Amino acid sequence: MLDQQYRTITGSLPLAVPSLMTMQGGDQGYSTAPQHDHAPAKSKLLVRDFSFFYGLTQALFKINVDIPEYQVTAFIGPSGCGKSTLLRCMNRLNDLIEGARHEGDILLDNEDIFSPAIDITHLRKRVGMVFQKSNPFPKSIYENVAYGPRLQGLNQRTVLDSVIEHSLQGAGLWEEVKDRLHKSALGLSGGQQQRLCIARALAVKPDVLLMDEPCSALDPIATGRIEELLFALKKELTIVIVTHNMQQAARVSDWTAFLYMGQLVEFSLTKNLFTAPAQKQTEDYITGRFG
Amino acid sequence: MRVWLKQFWATGDLFVWGCGAGLALSLLMIGSLLFLILINGFGYFWPSDLIDLTLKDGKHVIGQLAGEEVSPKGVPRIRVKVGNRDLYGLDYRWINTDQIVERSRLANLIILERREWGNFYGRVLALHKGDEVVAEGTVSIQQALPPLLRQAAVPDSADAYSLLVADANGKEKSIPLEQVLRLLTPNDLSVLGKTWVYIGNVWAVLTTEPREANTEGGIFPAIFGTVMMVLIMTVIVMPFGVIGALYLREYARQGVIVRLVRIAVNNLAGVPSIVFGVFGLGFFVYGIGGTIDALWFSDRLPNPTFGTGGILWASLTLALLTVPVVIVSTEEGLAAVPREYCEGSIGLGATKWETIWQVVLPAALPGILTGLILAMARAAGEVAPLMLTGVVKLAPALPIDGVWPFLHLDRKFMHLGFHIYDVGFQSPNVEAAKPMVYVTTLVLILVVVALNLAGIVLRNRVRKKYAGSAV
Repeated sequence: MLDQQYRTITGSLPLAVPSLMTMQGGDQGYSTAPQHDHAPAKSKLLVRDFSFFYGLTQALFKINVDIPEYQVTAFIGPSGCGKSTLLRCMNRLNDLIEGARHEGDILLDNEDIFSPAIDITHLRKRVGMVFQKSNPFPKSIYENVAYGPRLQGLNQRTVLDSVIEHSLQGAGLWEEVKDRLHKSALGLSGGQQQRLCIARALAVKPDVLLMDEPCSALDPIATGRIEELLFALKKELTIVIVTHNMQQAARVSDWTAFLYMGQLVEFSLTKNLFTAPAQKQTEDYITGRFG
Repeated sequence: MRVWLKQFWATGDLFVWGCGAGLALSLLMIGSLLFLILINGFGYFWPSDLIDLTLKDGKHVIGQLAGEEVSPKGVPRIRVKVGNRDLYGLDYRWINTDQIVERSRLANLIILERREWGNFYGRVLALHKGDEVVAEGTVSIQQALPPLLRQAAVPDSADAYSLLVADANGKEKSIPLEQVLRLLTPNDLSVLGKTWVYIGNVWAVLTTEPREANTEGGIFPAIFGTVMMVLIMTVIVMPFGVIGALYLREYARQGVIVRLVRIAVNNLAGVPSIVFGVFGLGFFVYGIGGTIDALWFSDRLPNPTFGTGGILWASLTLALLTVPVVIVSTEEGLAAVPREYCEGSIGLGATKWETIWQVVLPAALPGILTGLILAMARAAGEVAPLMLTGVVKLAPALPIDGVWPFLHLDRKFMHLGFHIYDVGFQSPNVEAAKPMVYVTTLVLILVVVALNLAGIVLRNRVRKKYAGSAV
């Protein structure tokens, strides 16, 4: 029954199906889904016994996840389960919150991102972020994308121009905005704004792209375009996406982690998690019995 | 009945009407205030006709009609501006209407604007050079006068020009030409001619210096002083206010101390302005100014340079007075910047300072400019602290001139608000000064409106540029 459901979900987006199928091959032998699959690819981000506290409230409990390189990993779970918190820890955005603290480690290329030796701005350049609400700065389209490179001291016009064109092309926005680069970014539609945010994140050439419910405010067409984009982007970088939308997770991700009440319930290949979940809770959640 | 009452209560109609009435009342009050000031202020410039009144006792009165009323005793009477302060002592005179036998509008009546004693109303008889008569009759004198008035006057020379004039009853008086500013015959002027005179009068008030203890002449130094003081204040208050707000909102650890500071800042806005004046006098003028004098201008002591009121100290005092306004507005502007902007910027690897400088501050600019507008409005209307820190009734020189260093921050200055107080309530001739009070009030309002408009235009342009940001 679940298998059927999964096929209907993925089938609803014609583009998603072939890529998902070809990516995973289907003959890798993951017939049963253990709670922790070992990634076929090299792990980019390792989350080790990671707990996180907002003041006295514990938001995450000893999470262990390996994010494979050049794959899309989705975090799903009901509201307040800690998936966004975990995502935001991966480029230390939660440092901004007063009274927040963590235990355990997150390793990026085997380097502890919380170690004092890490340059936090450098970390955030390597681990880009796209937010739930598209948040282009109230500047021109050009300046939005140029923001990151400029911070790195890139001011040469010709270089900047090519970086911006490349980033906008990467985000699939170039054709739509190439004639209005110097117009305000706030004049773009919601979906375009979100793709601009992706372009802005791409402009600093990150290794990892974190996406916090990037499509929750978009209509199905704009959502489709962003999902298409993910398939293209994962050839060059590692993507972690938080989503409320299980169909989306099924369509775009290679790996899925199900979080509930701050605990990691299950983490496995998306195909397996949606067809044969190992945990009862996961099955209840994806079949819509709760959450 | 009770149900009906309950339903009526629930509709809220009562409150809508109540709010509407309250708003209407406020608008009415503001409207009538503006109307009063506009009518009296703009009316002052109009060269109204001169009338010649023949009274029952055979005497004549020449003047401009300045009002009509029924006296407390029930007698109708008119108020006439008769001028000739040197002859009558007072500029205005009440005349009961039953005393008037005849009113006439004769063509040869003149207004002579003089440097002293106010206007002369009456007739002009002859123009003398020394002892010889150069011209006689109103028309020929009017033709001969303008070129002579343009020449530099040579006082006390034997062949100086003088005008022989006569008041309503034929009393003659010789007025030296250097005292004369202008000869007007309003009864001869057409409406167009009067309009021309009117425009000239407005222009003269806006551009010339005051005469006769400020009751006559222009108010240019006061306008200049007001604008200049507000601008200097702005330059001082903006950085301090913005930096203060930025620290409070973005850097300071939010807690008891910051909350106390915020309460203190808000209360500072409610401190009576005279208190700031006293502080300014004690701290800026005597403290800092006195120290500067002792250190760098000791050769001039005991004459103070900076150790006395001046435009710098007044501006600093007002900056202190308005800094809470700027802090509060800026904080609100900063709070209204969407958190997503900061996160977006931080997420791209910007440091906190880069984020504030490149994203937060531009987005908060409309809020900051709101603070600027409020601060300017408050500062331009403030008088009390200035009286202690540098305003004078008559400043010998403007704070800006052609002498190095061009901007003289130590100079005392004139201010429209203080001018109103001085002219209206400190002048020996309150009646004659009354129109000037209205004119000055009008100009002060216009200056404040102009400054605010400039701020609002600037804010709208910024808002358009950063469209989408709040506040």
